[in-house]
Amino acid sequence: MKYIWLIPLLPGLGAAINGLLGIRYFSRKASGAIACTMMLAALGLSLVAFWQMLGLPADARGVDVVVAQWIPSIPLATSNGQVGMFGVPWGYRLDPLSGMMILVVTGIGTLIHVYSTAYMADEPRGGVARFFCYLNLFCFFMLNLVLGDNFLVMFVGWEGVGLCSYLLIGYWYEKKSASDAGKKAFITNRIGDWGFVLGVFLIYSTFGTLDFRAVQNAAATMPVEAMHFGVLSFICLFLFVGATGKSAQIPLFVWLPDAMEGPTPVSALIHAATMVTAGVYMLGRNAVLFSHAPYVMTIVAIVGVLTALMAATIGLVQYDIKRVLAYSTVSQLGYMFTAMGVGAFSAGAFHLMTHAFFKALLFLGSGSVIHAMGGEQDMRKMGGLKKYLPVTFATMMVGTLAISGIIPLSGFFSKDEILFQAFVHNKVVWVVAVITAAMTAFYMWRLMSMTFFGGYNGPAWETSSHAAVATAAAHHVPHPADPHAHGQAHKDDHEVSHGPADTHGHDDHGGGHGHGPWHGPHESPTPMTFPLMALAVGAIVAGLVGVPIAMGGSNAIEKFLEPSFTASESAVAGEGAAKGAEASAEAASAEHEAEPHVSVNVERGLMLFSLFVAICGIAVAHKFYVKNPEISDGLAEQWAGAHKVLSNKYYVDEAYDATVISGTFAAGKGLWTVDRNVVDGVVNGSGWITIISAWFSGLTDRTVVDGLVNLVGRICEEGSFWFRKIQTGLVQNYALLMLFGVFAFVSIYLFMR
Amino acid sequence: MPITPTHYMLLSAALFIIGVIGVMVRRNIIIIFMSIELILNAVNINLIAFSDQLHNVIGQVFAVFVIAVAAAEAAVGLGIILAFYRNKESVNIDEMNLMRW
Amino acid sequence: MAHAIAFYTLAAFILGFAILVVTTKDTVHSVLFLVLDFLFVAALYVMLNAPFLAVIQVLVYAGGIVVLYLFVVMLVNLKRPPEAHSDPHRMTKFGFGLAGAVLIELGAIVVSGYMKAPAVTSPAQNLPVSGNTEQVGWLLYTNYLIPFEIASMLLLVAMIGAIVLAKREL
Repeated sequence: MKYIWLIPLLPGLGAAINGLLGIRYFSRKASGAIACTMMLAALGLSLVAFWQMLGLPADARGVDVVVAQWIPSIPLATSNGQVGMFGVPWGYRLDPLSGMMILVVTGIGTLIHVYSTAYMADEPRGGVARFFCYLNLFCFFMLNLVLGDNFLVMFVGWEGVGLCSYLLIGYWYEKKSASDAGKKAFITNRIGDWGFVLGVFLIYSTFGTLDFRAVQNAAATMPVEAMHFGVLSFICLFLFVGATGKSAQIPLFVWLPDAMEGPTPVSALIHAATMVTAGVYMLGRNAVLFSHAPYVMTIVAIVGVLTALMAATIGLVQYDIKRVLAYSTVSQLGYMFTAMGVGAFSAGAFHLMTHAFFKALLFLGSGSVIHAMGGEQDMRKMGGLKKYLPVTFATMMVGTLAISGIIPLSGFFSKDEILFQAFVHNKVVWVVAVITAAMTAFYMWRLMSMTFFGGYNGPAWETSSHAAVATAAAHHVPHPADPHAHGQAHKDDHEVSHGPADTHGHDDHGGGHGHGPWHGPHESPTPMTFPLMALAVGAIVAGLVGVPIAMGGSNAIEKFLEPSFTASESAVAGEGAAKGAEASAEAASAEHEAEPHVSVNVERGLMLFSLFVAICGIAVAHKFYVKNPEISDGLAEQWAGAHKVLSNKYYVDEAYDATVISGTFAAGKGLWTVDRNVVDGVVNGSGWITIISAWFSGLTDRTVVDGLVNLVGRICEEGSFWFRKIQTGLVQNYALLMLFGVFAFVSIYLFMR
Repeated sequence: MPITPTHYMLLSAALFIIGVIGVMVRRNIIIIFMSIELILNAVNINLIAFSDQLHNVIGQVFAVFVIAVAAAEAAVGLGIILAFYRNKESVNIDEMNLMRW
Repeated sequence: MAHAIAFYTLAAFILGFAILVVTTKDTVHSVLFLVLDFLFVAALYVMLNAPFLAVIQVLVYAGGIVVLYLFVVMLVNLKRPPEAHSDPHRMTKFGFGLAGAVLIELGAIVVSGYMKAPAVTSPAQNLPVSGNTEQVGWLLYTNYLIPFEIASMLLLVAMIGAIVLAKREL
C-alpha cells in the first residue's frame, strides 16, 4: 500500500510513451497494447491496495503516502491574522471513498481501453496512438484527483481531466463542430473551476492549510451554520460552483450534450463514469464542510433535482442515441447531487458507482450499435436490430433495466436509497425525483424500442454492385455499398456524426475491420463485446453491496464509506477538539439514527412505490413506441409548442449565446476599441509630442546654439580683419609701438608718484 | 651751477631720444644702426656719470661690457645688411616688409 | 666754472653732431658725424675721470665700429639716396611727437627726482690698486671674470656669425 503513487503514475507513463514515441513509431496494436497494459497494471495495484485496506480495522482505513514536497513552506497570512506556513506536499490518501473511486476508474477504464482498441481501429496510425495517449493521460489525472490528499493535488487532477476532456472531445479536430464542442467543454469547465479556486483560496484563508483531513478536523470544531451564511457556507458554495461545471449541473451543463462529438469510448469513460463524477466525489470528500452549511446543502439538493428533471424532459424527445444518453447522464448526476444535498453522502457515492457501471455499459453499447450501423446515430433510422446484434441487445437491456431501477439490478438499490433519503429529509425533492425516475424509465425504454424493436428503418444494403450504388446515388438514396453515403446525409442539427468517416479508414485495414462496402448491421468484434458483458455483470451485482437493512441486507457500503464522510476522531487532539469530534460523531450517528424515525415498513413501501413507478414508465414507453407508434407522433403534434421547446433544449444554449457570450464579445470589442483609441492614442500622442518637442529643440539648436557658436567665430573673423592691420611689416612701426609702450610706462610712473 | 649728475642724465636722455628718432624716422637701414649706437652711447654716458659721482669703478666696467656687446651687435647687424642687400639690392627698410599681413 | 663751460660745450657738440647723424641724407657724411660724436663723447669721459674708458671708446667705437660701418657703406654703394619712396603706413609725425613727449617726461622725472631725493652716498670702494685703469682691470679680472669671459665668447660668436652671414656661398 505504500506504492499507491504508482497507480496514477502507470497511466501517466503510458501517456508519455504513447505521446512521445507512439504517434511517430508505434503501430495501432502496439499503442493499444501499451495503454491497456498500463491500465491493467494500475487496476491490479488498485485491487491489491483495496484488499490491504479492507484488512485494516474500520476506523483506521486511512493511509497517507507523501511522494515529495511540491511547494516548500512559505509564510502566508490567513484571515484571522496569523501567518501560516503554506506548504503543499504531493501526497496521496487511500481511504474508503478514494479506494472505491480508484477501483471504478481503473476497472471501467481498463474495459474501455480494451473496447477502444477495436472501436478506433479505423483511425490512422498516429491518431490511434494519440487517442490512447490522451486516454491514459486522462486516467492519470483522474487518479490524481481521487487519490490526492490536499486540495491542490486534487485541483491538478481537476484541471487535468478538463484538459483531457477537451483533447478527447475534439479528437477529430478537423471537424469544426468537434473542435467547437471541445472548446465549449473546456471553457464551461473553466468557469466552474473559477468557483472552485475561489473556494480553495477561502479554505486556506480560513483554515491555514489545504490538507483534507486537517480541514475536516478544523471544520468539525466549528459550529454548524444553520442560521446564517457564514464563511463555511461561502466555501461550500464556491466548491459547489466548481462541481456544477465539472459535473454538468444547472447552469453549466451545456457542454455535456455537445461533448458527444467525441468518440464513443470517450463519452463512456469521461462523460459517464469518471470525469463528471469528479464533482460528486469532491462533494463527498468535503462532506464535513458541507454538513456545516445547511443552506448550501439545500441549494445543492434543489439544483440537483431540478437538473435531473430538466435533463430528463429534454431526453424524452431527442433522436440521437448518444444525446439521449448524455441527457440521461446529466439527469443521473442530478440524482447524485440530490443525494449529497440531503445529507446522504454514501447514497450519492453508491449511486456514483452503480451509475458508472450501467452508464458506461449503455454508452459502449450505443457505440457498438453505431459501429454496426456504419456511423448512423439517428434512432429513427434504426430499429429491429435485436436479431443482428444479440449480445449488444442483451447487455443494453441489462443496462436499461438497471438505470430504470428494476430489482434486483444495481440501479434499483442505489436509486431507491436516494429516493428514501430524499423522502426523509425533503418531501418536495422526493416528489420531483420520483417524477424524474418515471421519465428515466420512459426514455430509456423508448431508446431501446426505437433501436432494437420494431421494424428496420435504416438504409438497405446489398452485396457490392456498382450499378446499384450509382442508381442509389442518382436517386439521392444512401446505398449501403456507397462508401460516401455512410450516414452523412440527412443530418439535422441535433445529430452528431461519427466522425469524418468518408475520409478516414478507407486506406489500410490493420486490425479490426475497415469500412468497405457496408454489409448491413453486424455484431461487434470481441474486444468490443467483452467489455459489454463485463459491465453487464457489474451492473447486476454491484447493487448487492448496498442492500438496505429494510430488505435484510446490511447496507455494507454505507458503513464502509462512512469514515470518509466524518472527521476522524483519532487525528484530533485536545479536549475541545475531542469534544467537537465527539459532537460531530454524535451528529453523524444521530443523523444515521435520525432516519429510522421513519419505520422500516415505510421504507419498504417506498421501495415498492418506486419500483411501480419505474414499471409504469416502461409500460407507457412500450405502448408508445412498440405497440402503437402513432401515439407518440400524435402527441408530438398536439403538444407542438412544448415539443419544440424540449427539442431545442429549453433554448438554454441560445440564451447563453445571447447574453453571456455576446456580452463577452461585446466587452472584448469595447476594450479593443479602448485599447486602439485610448491606449494607442496615448502612446501615439506621446510619440507626437516627442516629435514636436524634438522639432523645437532642433530649431533652438540650429538658431540659438549654433548662432552663438557662429557668433564667436564671426567676432573673431571680423575682429581679426581689423586687428591684423597692426602688422604692417614695417620694422619702424614696431619700434614706434615699443616707444609707445615706454611712453605709457613712464607716464604711469610719473603720475603715480 | 655745479654740474651735477642731473645734467649728465639730461644729456643722456636727449641723446637717447635723438637716437630713437633716428631709429624711427630714417629709412636707410645703416643710419638706423648708427642711431642705435647713439642710443648705446647715451646709456654709457649715464653709467660713467654715476660711476664718477659714486667713486665706484664698477660703472665703468659695465660700460666696457656695453661697448663690447655693441661691437658684436654691429658686426652681426652689418652682416645681415650685406646679405639682405645682395638679395634685394636695396637698403630701404620699407622694402623689408615680408612679414606684413 | 671751467668744468661747467667744458661740459656745456661738449654737450652741445655731442647733441649737435647726433642730430646731424640722424638728419643727414648722405650716408658717408652721417658716418663722419658719428665718428666726431664718438670723439666728443670720449672727451666727456675724460672729463668724468674715466680715461681708460675714453681710450676704449676711441679705439673700439671710433676705430672699429665706425670703420665697419664705413666698409659696409662703401660696399652697399648707393648712387642715389635710398629714401625714394616711403610706405604710406609710416607714421613719421606721430613718431616725432611721441619721442618729444617721452623726452619731456624723462626730463621731468630727472629734474623732479633731483629736487626731491637727497644726495646718495655710497661706501667707498677699496681696491688694492689705485689708478683708473688698474681699478677697472682689477675688477674685470677678479669679481667680474665670468662676464668678461662670456663677453669674449659673445664676440667670438658674433665674429663667426658675421662671417657666415656675409659670405656669398656658404
